Amino acid sequence: MEIEPLLINFVKIFIVTQVLMVGVAFMTWVERRVSAIIQFRLGPNRVGPMGLLQPIADGIKFILKEETLPAGSHKTLFMLAPVIAFVTALCAFAVVPFGPVVEIFGRTVNLVILDLDGGMLFALAFASLGVYGIVCAGWASRSKYALMGGLRASAQMVSYELALGLAAVGVFLVNGTLRPTEIVAAQAGWFWNWNAFSGFQLLGFILFLVAGYAETNRLPFDLPEAETELVAGYHTEYSSMKFSMFMMAEYFAMMTMSSLAVTLYLGGFQPGFPTGDLSGWALWGLQIGAFVAKVGFFMFLFVWVRWTLPRFRYDQLMDLGWKRLFPLALANLVVTALLVAFDVIKG
Amino acid sequence: MIGLETVGFVFLATLALASATVVVFHKSPIISALALAFNLVAIAGFYLLLNAQFLALLQVIVYAGAIMVLILFVIMLLSIQSEGGLHRSGRIHSVLAPLIALGCAVALGVAVFRGSADGRFAVSSADFGTVRSIGTDLFTTFFYAFEAISLLLIVAMIGAVLLAKRRL
Repeated sequence: MEIEPLLINFVKIFIVTQVLMVGVAFMTWVERRVSAIIQFRLGPNRVGPMGLLQPIADGIKFILKEETLPAGSHKTLFMLAPVIAFVTALCAFAVVPFGPVVEIFGRTVNLVILDLDGGMLFALAFASLGVYGIVCAGWASRSKYALMGGLRASAQMVSYELALGLAAVGVFLVNGTLRPTEIVAAQAGWFWNWNAFSGFQLLGFILFLVAGYAETNRLPFDLPEAETELVAGYHTEYSSMKFSMFMMAEYFAMMTMSSLAVTLYLGGFQPGFPTGDLSGWALWGLQIGAFVAKVGFFMFLFVWVRWTLPRFRYDQLMDLGWKRLFPLALANLVVTALLVAFDVIKG
Repeated sequence: MIGLETVGFVFLATLALASATVVVFHKSPIISALALAFNLVAIAGFYLLLNAQFLALLQVIVYAGAIMVLILFVIMLLSIQSEGGLHRSGRIHSVLAPLIALGCAVALGVAVFRGSADGRFAVSSADFGTVRSIGTDLFTTFFYAFEAISLLLIVAMIGAVLLAKRRL
């Protein structure tokens, strides 16, 4: 067995994980600063320049906090739940191409960890496995609030997965592939070549985004942890690093969802204009920068929406999922299929 | 020298058998359901070993990601009132169920051993597990069977809605 590809993969996994970790830490700071600005406050601004070192202070505090294990809880599952949430959220990112094929030290490196034929399905599969972390947490805690949170999470995520998957199928039809690198390659050139525009997938994009918010349990769909009704929902009984892992898992899931939306609909790492005679690291840097900027915008949108919109009621949530998003996604699929069949879109 | 594939197979087989045992023998229905989900993911691992990526991913999305979550949902709803009260089964069940399972296992085993003995299981091409090849197979070779199954699913769905409506 050749050792070099394996080594390259390990390095890629290591770097991506580290970047994501730093991104998550940064996002917890952004979340609080932006929410503060939206509410005419200042937010954390004392630790380090502009409060940028606040996440590190938080990390230290989380580690030093007491670990509690509620009486009557199922201990193994209680311990395992944050791990499941964390790992599944992290794994889904593996198929996202965050840059083109580059050459480093004379070696050709494809800037995606797992270039899989059914790559988009891989991401959806891990997004759907993420619910087990929440359900296990809810059940293992042996607390009414946590159990209700787990119940809500399972129903909500199964419902919105449908709309999410169906919306994405439109893109698969347009590009004729499920491999993320090929989907991105098909959207090169000007920004009107992106699937959201030239593929007529603007509706699909909006559906995907809305369902993605529900899938990551972010406001306005954060019913599994609705404070006003359920204390903190599925992680009511969690403290210390275990709680922190749930928090990080949520941010990982947000990043994955943003990256998937960007990859599917907005050209992935394509900057949106012909790059002309740029080559080498100037081009690759521009493309990686474009990817980071796009994902960054969607991360900001997550925060923006959270502090702007109020939470849905539970029946409204189910209504929206089954009676609005699901039929719309089906209609989008049928229309896209017809457009592809009659060669309006090049499939 | 044992190949990586053999190591993977033994590892997955152990996981699958262990989780299946937990499904059958554990008292708490929730743990059983979780073990079943784990078992389904392990089986997806077998598909991956056989190069059938698409099948493996669908197995995880459909069975582990959707169906098992629904089953968990129902069990959690029911066992708010009565924990562990779901495991009562009649005498006929406890005799018939193992017998039928054993019968299926024997039938499958015989088919596999015979098939591999007379070389009926030809080695497939490397890309037989991709989305494209499975899609092509489904919509050409197995078209009628595929459509018949979708009809069956619709019948089941209408039946479920009717049964639920009666109680609403």
